[in-house]
Amino acid sequence: KMAESSDSEEEDLVSYGSALQPLQEGERIKKPVPLQEQTVKDAKGRYQRFHGAFTGGFSAGYFNTVGTKEGWTPSAFVSSRQKRADRTVLGPEDFMDEEDLSEFGIAPKDITTTDDFASKVKDRIKEKARQIAGVVAPIPGTTAFDDLIGPSKITVGVELLRKMGWKEGQGIGPRVKRKPRRQKPDPTVKIYGCALPPGLSEGSEDEEDDYQPENVTFAPKDVMPVDLTPKENVHGLGYKGLDPSQALFGASGREHLNLFTGGSEETSNLLGDLRHSKGRKLGITGQAFGVGALEEEDDDIYATDTLSKYDTVLKDEEPGDGLYGWTAPKQYKSKKRPERDLKYIGKVLAGFSLASKPSAPIKIYPPPSLPRNYRPVHHFRPVLPAGNESCHLQKALEESAGKLESDPAHHSRHALSAAQRREQLGETELKGPAPSVLEYLSEKDRERLKQVKQASEQQMKAKPVPQQSPSSRFQLTSPEDAAHKWQTLLGGQLANAGSSDFKPFAKNPEKQKRYENFVKSLKQGEKGERLERFFDQNMTEWERGREQEEFFRAAMFYRSSNSTLSSRFTRAKYEDDVDKVEVPRDQENDIDDKETAVKMKMFGKLTRDNFEWHPDKLLCKRFNVRDPYPDSSIVGLPKVKRDKYSVFNFLTVPEPTTSVTQATNEKIQESNSLNKPKKSSRWDVSDKEKEKKDSISEFISLARSKADAQQQPPVPAKEECGTGTTETPPSVVADEDKDQEEESKRPPMDLFKAIFASSSDEKSSSSEEEESDEEQQPTTSERQSETTKPVDVADSSSSNLQESVTATTDSGIPSLPTSKQELDAAEEFGPKLPPAFSSGRFCKHLNRKEKHRKIRERHKAKKERKRKKEKKKKHKKQKNKGKHKNKKSEKDSSSDTTDSSDSLTDMDTTGLSPKELLRR
Amino acid sequence: RQRVQSLQCGQGAVRAARFNADGNYCLTCGSDKTLKLWNPHKGTALRTYQGHGYEVLDAAGSFDNSQICSGGADKAVALWDVSTGQVVRKYRGHAGKINCVQFNEEATVIVSGSIDSTVRCWDCRSRRSDPIQVLDEAKDGISSVKLSAHEILTGSVDGRVRRYDLRTGQLCSDYIGSPITSVCFSKDGQCVLAASLDSTLRLLDKDTGELLGEYTGHRSTTYRLDCVLNELDTHVGCASEDGHVYFWDLLEGSLALSLPVGQGVVQSLAFHPSLPCLLVATQGRVTLWREDTFQPEGDPD
Repeated sequence: KMAESSDSEEEDLVSYGSALQPLQEGERIKKPVPLQEQTVKDAKGRYQRFHGAFTGGFSAGYFNTVGTKEGWTPSAFVSSRQKRADRTVLGPEDFMDEEDLSEFGIAPKDITTTDDFASKVKDRIKEKARQIAGVVAPIPGTTAFDDLIGPSKITVGVELLRKMGWKEGQGIGPRVKRKPRRQKPDPTVKIYGCALPPGLSEGSEDEEDDYQPENVTFAPKDVMPVDLTPKENVHGLGYKGLDPSQALFGASGREHLNLFTGGSEETSNLLGDLRHSKGRKLGITGQAFGVGALEEEDDDIYATDTLSKYDTVLKDEEPGDGLYGWTAPKQYKSKKRPERDLKYIGKVLAGFSLASKPSAPIKIYPPPSLPRNYRPVHHFRPVLPAGNESCHLQKALEESAGKLESDPAHHSRHALSAAQRREQLGETELKGPAPSVLEYLSEKDRERLKQVKQASEQQMKAKPVPQQSPSSRFQLTSPEDAAHKWQTLLGGQLANAGSSDFKPFAKNPEKQKRYENFVKSLKQGEKGERLERFFDQNMTEWERGREQEEFFRAAMFYRSSNSTLSSRFTRAKYEDDVDKVEVPRDQENDIDDKETAVKMKMFGKLTRDNFEWHPDKLLCKRFNVRDPYPDSSIVGLPKVKRDKYSVFNFLTVPEPTTSVTQATNEKIQESNSLNKPKKSSRWDVSDKEKEKKDSISEFISLARSKADAQQQPPVPAKEECGTGTTETPPSVVADEDKDQEEESKRPPMDLFKAIFASSSDEKSSSSEEEESDEEQQPTTSERQSETTKPVDVADSSSSNLQESVTATTDSGIPSLPTSKQELDAAEEFGPKLPPAFSSGRFCKHLNRKEKHRKIRERHKAKKERKRKKEKKKKHKKQKNKGKHKNKKSEKDSSSDTTDSSDSLTDMDTTGLSPKELLRR
Repeated sequence: RQRVQSLQCGQGAVRAARFNADGNYCLTCGSDKTLKLWNPHKGTALRTYQGHGYEVLDAAGSFDNSQICSGGADKAVALWDVSTGQVVRKYRGHAGKINCVQFNEEATVIVSGSIDSTVRCWDCRSRRSDPIQVLDEAKDGISSVKLSAHEILTGSVDGRVRRYDLRTGQLCSDYIGSPITSVCFSKDGQCVLAASLDSTLRLLDKDTGELLGEYTGHRSTTYRLDCVLNELDTHVGCASEDGHVYFWDLLEGSLALSLPVGQGVVQSLAFHPSLPCLLVATQGRVTLWREDTFQPEGDPD
């Protein structure tokens, strides 16, 4: 426009930019491209970005607007609650161009071969094979991965071959002379894999046809790997569908389009080196299409499909036509081939010489002919059920079986030693190294060794007994000994073992059966060798010994737990899904060591156990502490699964060594008496363990003194119950103490009676009252038995149980203790809460009070009753709430019996703080 | 030391007396199921908290004095709002009485130890009713629990002091032998004091478990009694069954002070976090003791 208007005043105007072309006539003014359509594209055809986060920035879509029809829509907000899985995490890569990735250090995610694994030298055979496989494979191209894992080096064999003059693409073997016709039956047919002699260029192929010097030899043809792919299609044999590349790209010029190419042809086509198909024509060719203008040479357009190109006669395939190794029967035919190999005239490696004689061919024996009645099924010899009575029968069977086999001439061939075989063969003895070290020793040394050996043997013989008893768990010198030992241990207590449904080996029915038989016979008092027969004859001696031991233990365990446990537990209705139990991986180990360490004041390593402990994630969070095990799902101590049904899992029994356990037994008792103040509880596991130990040592002591076998067990048990409760020390004084304690804990019965008995005498006997009555009923003596009861139950011996039973019946407690009583019993354990007053003083008070109360009771019964009636109402109301507000009750000492029978409430009853006394 | 203040609690036996975080107030747990908040220095009762079903055995105040947690023989841990006096939450799950409760530093977790041999960690933040974690390694009742920033220290009747370290994920179990009645950290956090029923206090190195000191002379054979360290870690104190409170020099192990408090067993002890000030609960009474040089500001009771 500027240019147009600046005709006259050119000097004045400064023109910017280039002038537009003057409008031609009739031409319409071009519509300006709307702004939104003005796009700039980069070299790759992508929209050029003008702004953004990375070098190229990001396309903000349609005219830099986002979310419109052509633009990039931002991902809509999706609630992560419902569609957590659908969320795709977009990285910066997703918004970047490929060429920028490397610049920002983002590795490409394609699979490529790294230099380490790229094969430097292409193994052609392998490549060919791979290509074949790649074509044939169900998913073409899968063999690409083979590249990745290919060895980076050439194999030694290839290297060796190379040194011997072999070149890639050649066959292996002696070089051969070939007739030119053979070599090139058809000049148009390419021969692959045949190396050209050095000096001859490729281009001179044609001349080679004529010129065939005498001294030129050819390497043998390369052998194609056998393609053993199964035929999966329904085409005819050898038929291959039209290959478009072959049909279109000039193949027709060379050869008739053969749909029935042989395998060799097929592969050679596949492998067709580009190098070989020189002057390859592109474009559509073929008879039907004529000659393209671009093609350099005229093909024979009118080539007729001559019959000469077809095989008209069925004949053997010519050797050396690329079918080497394709048909197996052929090789059988050519028997002479190994000899021909001898004519190898290639380079021979230094240090090697050509063999003058062919090695003997490997003789192939035909497989043995099967007997006519042979059936290819194996029959197992019948296995006698274990624990069967007919061990004699079995023995006989075994013997007969052995006889069948023990035809000495046949069977013992493998049993012969080298020396025997040598003798049979009549060979002379080898003059090799002496078989034994002893041979090297001088005569004198040998003599000395022998003496030492003898001496040690004698020693062993001299003291077999003391060594036996502390022998480790499973190494029993003889089963009879062990059985005897156990039998004495178990004594008559086996009486009811094995009778009921205690099935320690329920998982293994055969074993269980064996066990039952074993126990039965044990009860009848059979001896070792007869017990033996219950064990599986197929087991080794060690296994048998171990099992026997296990049975004994199981029997014992059963016996000890039978009476007490079975009454408490019922059989599970549903099978646990696992036969394993979770056991903390690390157990706090033996206390005995620690106790001694504590006694010696050697705190530190000896008394410390360190465990891995996994705090809960939330707990860490709440404590503002980083989770020490961020990727563990364990909480608490790590657990391990152990076999549930192994008896040894239950019995943490030390070796039943008489002397040692006796000592420990004593020690435990000692420590028990020493640790009188120590509180133990039902939950105290260590105590239970002690109990177990005790029970075992009991048996041992039983074995020692058979005379008082029956009386002994209760004694330690009793002691235990004494020390176990720890509130009832064994001595009489302590017993008194205990009584006092008990009393101090709970107001005497009279007190309850004062409150409740009278009221229950009254006619207003509501159910509530009765309840409260029951609650308050137990006297101190009853409670005493209550406290001892759990210990008794826990104890193993049945006699104790009886005791406890009588105790309970004596005391006349209802067989079902109320829950409250249970609670009280539970609360007996652990260090008590301190009472408000020292016991001595309290006792005096109590006595005084009791008297006082009794008197009062007698004389002021009526008065009291009135008051109590009122009180009781309140009492009921406040049964589960606070109660001490009741001022009336505070005035009266008896009223302070809170319904919680805890020891401490009576503090207020005797609460002799001056104020209260004054009030009174 | 002199007795400054005596509070007649009227709560039955005072099971525990505890200072709050800054030591200006104290809590007393009564056997009459109530919990009381006091200003021990002035001797005034501030509030009574009712809601437990049985006697209250231990209580602790949060760092900001806004909440109180308590546990008792009703097997429930209660979380109280200080100002309203209402139970905010109750955590049930223990199978036995709760001997001890503690807040963590930020009062987000309550850790309670029970006679059922478990320690349970309750979440104060969420509404979940089950504990975050149950520490059931103890073989017998838990008598005492103390917390540091990242540790849970428990004393159990099975004679072991266990220290759960959340930071390293380890459980250190020290065998003492005799049932533990009380444990506490030293102020520097390096030592652990454990009182046991063999009438002995033992000071153990926290990291190695080695014995650093042993303090005897008091009588503690039956009851669950408290032990304390004073505000400077110079002395070790323990309640005794003979009505005294004993103090030993921490380093020398020599008996420094035997404070006759009353005739009954000294039930509970608490030492002021920053002042030489001791709170002793015995019988139905709580007494406050100060150093001899202390001049009471208000008029004593």
